[in-house]
Amino acid sequence: MPSAERKVNEMSNKMKILTNGILNENPVLRLVLGTCPTLAVTTMASNGIGMGLAATFVLLCSNIVISALRKVIPDQVRIPCYITVIAGFVSVVQMIVKAFLPSLDTALGVYLPLIVVNCIILGRAEMFASKNSIIDSALDGIGMGIGFTLTLTVMGSIREILGSGTWMAGLDGLLSFLPEGFAIQVLPESVDPFTIMTSAPGGFFVFGVLMAAATWLTTRPKKVKAAVAEKGGNA
Amino acid sequence: MEMAMKLASIFFTMILVDNYVLAKFLGICPFLGVSKKLDSAVGMSLAVTFVMVMATAATWPIYRFILEPFGMDYLQTIVFILIIAILVQLLENILKKYIPTLYKSLGVYLPLITTNCTILGVTILNLDNGYDFIESIVCAAGAGIGFLVAMVLFSGVRRRVEEANMPKSFEGLPITLVAAAMVSLSFMGFGGIVEAIFGA
Repeated sequence: MPSAERKVNEMSNKMKILTNGILNENPVLRLVLGTCPTLAVTTMASNGIGMGLAATFVLLCSNIVISALRKVIPDQVRIPCYITVIAGFVSVVQMIVKAFLPSLDTALGVYLPLIVVNCIILGRAEMFASKNSIIDSALDGIGMGIGFTLTLTVMGSIREILGSGTWMAGLDGLLSFLPEGFAIQVLPESVDPFTIMTSAPGGFFVFGVLMAAATWLTTRPKKVKAAVAEKGGNA
Repeated sequence: MEMAMKLASIFFTMILVDNYVLAKFLGICPFLGVSKKLDSAVGMSLAVTFVMVMATAATWPIYRFILEPFGMDYLQTIVFILIIAILVQLLENILKKYIPTLYKSLGVYLPLITTNCTILGVTILNLDNGYDFIESIVCAAGAGIGFLVAMVLFSGVRRRVEEANMPKSFEGLPITLVAAAMVSLSFMGFGGIVEAIFGA
């Protein structure tokens, strides 16, 4: 059954590419790429979701195109080529968002065109898509995009709940079936929210703490496993 | 006189109140990456300031006189990023040929600047704010100097922070970000000060 085994191996490999981006190689918390939008748009969880999805779309499309063109693009001019491809897709996203999600467009403001210079996208193009097959690159794009979106959502949730007491306010701009002015009140109205969390210092602080948490999560289990293995060996 | 006051107001607002790094979160990557040493922080910020002013001087007329009249403003993102990439490459070649000493001190930072979001950010924000040409240039210069101030201040803070005792998972970048939060907090104190001085 060697071919079946190989297939299983291949599948697990593909799964690994897909899931790598979520924690182990989380683009924001572990690779420290794309920090600017992470800090800037996460004042509300819904903005984080919007930004994450927009970036995921660009990441997926640019990874596919760059991977498909990887043998055609000459090595010396590869960076300008990548940037042009990325800028093209960013313009597409800009037009779509402007046309269908106008409230998200106002919320993200200048950070929407700035997806062009988001280092996650150029970084994945350079590190992954330029060396791997189209399918692997697409999976990598989706995985990294999910990791980015999740991080932004978690960070946005923390900052929104602490900073304004609500959760998912403004989600009606993304999902049109929700009533206007949709928001989940988390902190009771009588509690004064920590407004500092939604302004710049809160962003840096929450980001620092989250990054420390991710470091702890990814290094900790290995240590426990190693300790268990050592104990077992001794016994 | 009124013009000068307005320009001064824009300039100092960009440095103190709307500081790109500490208040608008643009250019965080070089802020975290290059602020370890004072001299590299200064080199990087000077290169950024220079490219910012040049990029604004190039993109403003192109947008107002070519893209806008012909209804091609949806091409803004692509055109601007290409202009910046070309400009950086051009600058690198010119400096290499004519001012080798400056090239030696700024050279390593130049390629990094293309993907620095402060540059694209300032060119787009200038147009969004509806500044005229001179205001845009002053705004770009102010943003650059603001970047320099943040980098220089933070390189000092960072040296102290790295010697401190901290939990293991906070070592490196996480504690740097927490320190950045404190620096950013202190800059919030400047809110309103520019309006009070220049009355704009």
